[in-house]
Amino acid sequence: MNLILVLPLIVPLATAILTVLAGRWRWAQRWLSALGAAALLAAALALLEFVRREGIQVAYIGNWPAPYGITLAADLFSAIMLVLAGLMGLAVAVYSLASMDPARERFGYYPLLHILLMGVCGAFLTGDIFNLYVWFEVMLVSSFVLVALGGERAQLEGAIKYVTLNLMSSALFLAAVGSLYGVAGTLNMADLAVQLHQVAQPGLVTTLSILFLVAFGIKSAIFPLFFWLPASYHTPPVAVSAIFAGLLTKVGVYALIRVFTLLFVQDVAFTHTLILILAGLTMVTGVLGAVAQNSFRRILSFHIVSQIGYMIMGLGLFTPLALAGSVFYIAHHIIVKTNLFLISGVTQRLGGSDYLKKLGGFYAAYPGLGVLFLIPALSLAGIPPLSGFWAKLTLIVAGLDTGQYAIVAVALGVSLLTLFSMTKIWGEVFWKPAPARAALPASQVGLAGMILPIAVLALLTLSIGLLAEPLLALSTAAAEQLLNPAAYIQTVLGGR
Amino acid sequence: METFLAFVIGGLYAAGLYMMMRRSIVKLIIGLSLLAHAANLLIFTLGRLTRGEPALIPPGGIRPERPIADPLPQALILTAIVIGFGVQAFAVVLIKRAYQTVGTDDLDDMKSTDTG
Repeated sequence: MNLILVLPLIVPLATAILTVLAGRWRWAQRWLSALGAAALLAAALALLEFVRREGIQVAYIGNWPAPYGITLAADLFSAIMLVLAGLMGLAVAVYSLASMDPARERFGYYPLLHILLMGVCGAFLTGDIFNLYVWFEVMLVSSFVLVALGGERAQLEGAIKYVTLNLMSSALFLAAVGSLYGVAGTLNMADLAVQLHQVAQPGLVTTLSILFLVAFGIKSAIFPLFFWLPASYHTPPVAVSAIFAGLLTKVGVYALIRVFTLLFVQDVAFTHTLILILAGLTMVTGVLGAVAQNSFRRILSFHIVSQIGYMIMGLGLFTPLALAGSVFYIAHHIIVKTNLFLISGVTQRLGGSDYLKKLGGFYAAYPGLGVLFLIPALSLAGIPPLSGFWAKLTLIVAGLDTGQYAIVAVALGVSLLTLFSMTKIWGEVFWKPAPARAALPASQVGLAGMILPIAVLALLTLSIGLLAEPLLALSTAAAEQLLNPAAYIQTVLGGR
Repeated sequence: METFLAFVIGGLYAAGLYMMMRRSIVKLIIGLSLLAHAANLLIFTLGRLTRGEPALIPPGGIRPERPIADPLPQALILTAIVIGFGVQAFAVVLIKRAYQTVGTDDLDDMKSTDTG
């Protein structure tokens, strides 16, 4: 068995178990968590390098040959997503050391964080559609507890909406998987890709693909299924919000891209055009929702929805360049969005509030933090030479190439509104003089530990922007693999 | 039998969605579990209803001689039931805590995170 493929699952599991065992010693838990996250990043980087050199990797669990047993498969897209998951895991684990309160730490915050990471990694690695459902559930159950951990009123209200919509999506996903098995008689994704071309009623497959679109659409928060996201993402502690914002919806996007490049390519004219329309509507509703908000994290939550639109846009256009743009966009977005949430945690700690009205004067007091905010904020809006510019440029060039001028116009307009939202935060939080209020004793304890991951992520955004070529080449190679699934199918089923 | 089960599944979906659209959080959870049951029965029905044909291979053979009942859908349902059990247990505790903290079981009174 291919050990390098299993490591991204074993490392977070082992970390979670060890942090549970170390439950009585808080310092041991904290260090184990940070070390485990670093080990996960290392394992993911090793896997990416291996896949880049040796091609697609497969592991058969229990040595059951495909398509009978459960298969793990990593192509470049999976490996890139794993590296991003490892990176965000490490950033948030370090940030948590400084920002998480002892009560939540005692109630098992660190084990839950690592189980969440295991679920995310499992979803990226699996080559079996039912196994994908199981990993989704692993991820969801730990996220349910993380979102409610602490039991504040807002958290519980947010958790009810989050849990309900995600359970509904799971029920739909399960029904879709069952129906797919009834139609094709297999659950291995590579085998499904082969079998679905020989199904007697192609209309049935298209119907099923829409069921998957709805199920994954709820998870990735596309229009009109996104309402749970802005209702819940701003309620838990910032570290939890940040890892949710960075990774969870992107697992939904990953699943969408995976099934709509590998399985459901029978009726591209219908399905992918529908995805393209949904992408445009997602961008517009997300960004307009953000304009109306007046709290830092709620603005950011609506922007997640808007940005999902860009990622789906690449899938809807369905050309090599467009998919490369999607992969690049996901990589850029995960880093930038997590970073913005982490920064909102610092302003909340120093200013004592999340509401724009109650914040202010940060540029005068902490100019360095202002610069650290500007890098991801302008990158999110797509200002050159930051990473968001290249991501949007790739998508827009792909849109122009295929003659989809409407979606290009929407994408450009939404960028402008994104810039407006970011300047609103900048004006209210950083430039505006600090509002007169009862002097809050701003706690400076552990601030350095919060700034460190922010600075590293900002540096990464900057370097992706200035040196876009390597990541763009990697995304292009990943898109090539996605659009020519023959190699993937051959590698997974090759043993037969 | 398929027709009968189709009506049962449709009824479960309809009842589940109806319960979810009520304002009480208790009914919301009941609706969710009905949806999960409907999905499980759907998998069961789509996996072909074959009676009295166990998936056994006669001694010396390498493949079954007659069409057999597919055990895989039942394995899927079992997995889904176990997962659903855990998740619903969590959901029940969640609504209890929410009821204690917010002081109401009416979803219409839980809008502070949407408007605040």
